[in-house]
Amino acid sequence: MNEKIDVDKTKVEKCRKASSEIADGIQGYIDNNTTTSVERTVLRLLGINGVDEQDIPLPNVVVDHVLKDGELNRGIAFWVGNAVLELDISPQEVAEAVSAGEISLTELPLHDSAEVKNKTEYYAEKMIKKIQKNNLKRREMQKKFPPGPKPWLYVIVATGNIYEDLKQAKAAAKEGADIVAVIRSTAQSLLDYVPYGATTEGFGGTYATQENFRIMREGLDEAIKETGHYVQLVNYCSGLSMPEIAAMGALERLDMMLNDAMYGILFRDINMERTFIDQYFSRMINAYADIIINTGEDNYLTTADAVEEAHTVLASEFINEELAFRSGLKAEQMGLGHAFEMNPEIEDGFLMEIAQAQLIRQIFPDAPLKYMPPTKFMDGNIFRGHLQDGMFNLASIMTDQGIQLLGMLTEAIHTPFIQDRALSIENAKYIFNNARHLSDEIVFKKDGKIQKRADEVLDETLKMLQQISNKGLIKAVEEGMFADISRLKNGGKGAEGVIKKSKDYYNPLMEIIKEELRLNE
Amino acid sequence: MNKIRPYGDTQNDGKIQLSFTLPADAGPETKEAARRFAQKMGLKEVDVVYMQDLGEGFSFFVVYAKSENSVDLDKIEVAKVETETMTYYEINNFIKEKIGRKINVVGACTGFDAHTVGLDAIMNMKGYAGEYGLERYPEINAYNLGSQVPNEDLIKKGLEVNADAILVSQVVTQKGVHINNLTELVELLEAEKLRERFLLIVGGPRISHDLALELGFDAGFGSGTTPPDVASYIVQKIAEEQR
Repeated sequence: MNEKIDVDKTKVEKCRKASSEIADGIQGYIDNNTTTSVERTVLRLLGINGVDEQDIPLPNVVVDHVLKDGELNRGIAFWVGNAVLELDISPQEVAEAVSAGEISLTELPLHDSAEVKNKTEYYAEKMIKKIQKNNLKRREMQKKFPPGPKPWLYVIVATGNIYEDLKQAKAAAKEGADIVAVIRSTAQSLLDYVPYGATTEGFGGTYATQENFRIMREGLDEAIKETGHYVQLVNYCSGLSMPEIAAMGALERLDMMLNDAMYGILFRDINMERTFIDQYFSRMINAYADIIINTGEDNYLTTADAVEEAHTVLASEFINEELAFRSGLKAEQMGLGHAFEMNPEIEDGFLMEIAQAQLIRQIFPDAPLKYMPPTKFMDGNIFRGHLQDGMFNLASIMTDQGIQLLGMLTEAIHTPFIQDRALSIENAKYIFNNARHLSDEIVFKKDGKIQKRADEVLDETLKMLQQISNKGLIKAVEEGMFADISRLKNGGKGAEGVIKKSKDYYNPLMEIIKEELRLNE
Repeated sequence: MNKIRPYGDTQNDGKIQLSFTLPADAGPETKEAARRFAQKMGLKEVDVVYMQDLGEGFSFFVVYAKSENSVDLDKIEVAKVETETMTYYEINNFIKEKIGRKINVVGACTGFDAHTVGLDAIMNMKGYAGEYGLERYPEINAYNLGSQVPNEDLIKKGLEVNADAILVSQVVTQKGVHINNLTELVELLEAEKLRERFLLIVGGPRISHDLALELGFDAGFGSGTTPPDVASYIVQKIAEEQR
């Protein structure tokens, strides 16, 4: 990568230092607490799956059962492990027995905790092996069917019906899409459980379920063999069930996950503590499953102004990066997000977009940056919209972006028709191919508009990060420093699912994954 | 009488363009199918100018054709918001002079709709297209409740802050979900005998004033609406009622 603009390295270092202090400020909450969703995730990774007669997922049944008895602070793994040892049955059978009302986990005779751990780890290791196998399979497939060059073409399907989604995803893969995301049903982020089985109805999207993941993976693998290039599968690791979805993705070999440290707090009004704890474990699982995460800074700009608030995007990327490192994610797994959302009527607006994209490119050289298309100023004029998407594609190829979420000419009208998607793939392929090495040829003027704009944004970012570092991240969110949205520490959904860990808290999955990712060093 | 039909490059040529996908592989037969389909729509001189195979048994068409239909513009009546849009300063002065107290506005994306872009454009301090949002108006207390707000909560908040107007934003329209959300709100208000208590306004890219009236709202605003459009409507209606 050539350095097209000057980026002040000392300022970047200062930004990283401030971000590290910011992360220190919330690490205590993360280390001292667990959540109902983290505990459900542990159960999924001990092999518990399925639903009861009322369609309540068994991980919920078991966690709620122990929560009701006030004993969740020891970690669900201990109670299930103890039952496994006592009754000599599998975790799944334990869950079924709890669901049938046959046993009460906290009333069984207690076994020696070392023995319980031994037994529990045996089941945890089984699922860990499964994730390792998926990682290996992905590497093998990517060797045989290499992914296309970056920026990768990312499209979404959102019919609500997984079988219809699959048809559209395969068509998109054949037209050259590198990445297919199945948009979630708009309500799912607020569900404190993960629906079960194949689903054919949803609003504005399709439910994320483990079976839907499996159906899509299987279908895309077929398309990969036909087209000869690897197609990455994406879903949404966010909302109240964030870590569970990470586990499901790891088990079904998804390749990418939308996974932001603060998105849920700001845009779904999910409780702060809950989100910080959930994101930590979910990202650890994503890190271990070789999944690329996508962060959600683009969302800031749908609320706030893209010209005035550009520095908040960069500041959030620094924080997201720091929190992701702490969960064991490598730079290559960080699809840090931003967006092409400036008002198209601004004179030299394109120059400012380039400045932002290039600045981020140079600050995070190894991250596959996730670039989001224009949405805010798409108004039904599909012809201008298609051109805006073309300008967006040009900005991307000029600044070596990694993951290109393709804009749709029918943005703001409907979820994409099959031809909308085909036209946008064609648009991106045309521009990326036609300007493939443009980036190698460019250096921006030392005292030019682009350089100046980049300097301004970095200065503002440093100022903002130092302010946040001084007052703490929680206070900063309370004061509305991100996306003009204010959220209170004790407000938001899911706060009741945060539980203080006891001294003998036990989570074998977190222990194993931490060990494997060398997070203890 | 003012009969009109589409204009391509000559008065009354009736030329239109359309594009669509057929669920069949591209080929001479599918292309002919596209032509006949357009004919069945009543179009003449159908010209299928472009065909592209989309894979998985789909093909895409661009078609030009002409229509001999026409409509009489003079006979058309469309419900629209009749109030005149004032500027930010005029609105604030209007409130001070004609209403004599601050007005309260509550807004939300209801149901499962998580898209706040329209609501924020109208309510957020910064506003949209160079116009300040309602939060910036000194004479308006604006409460933006954000996304995925149940209708019940919206009404509760409306009562709590003694709202003059309730704004609802609906972006997701898949399977008519917005109609259900909007109808439910009106029904809840009517059941509680609160419908007349508030000015009820809906906005969104697929919303028209006509649709809003049909659903029992006072006004509807579509794409391109700016905060002063909405604010002007609200303050003039309140002033009217006070008279």
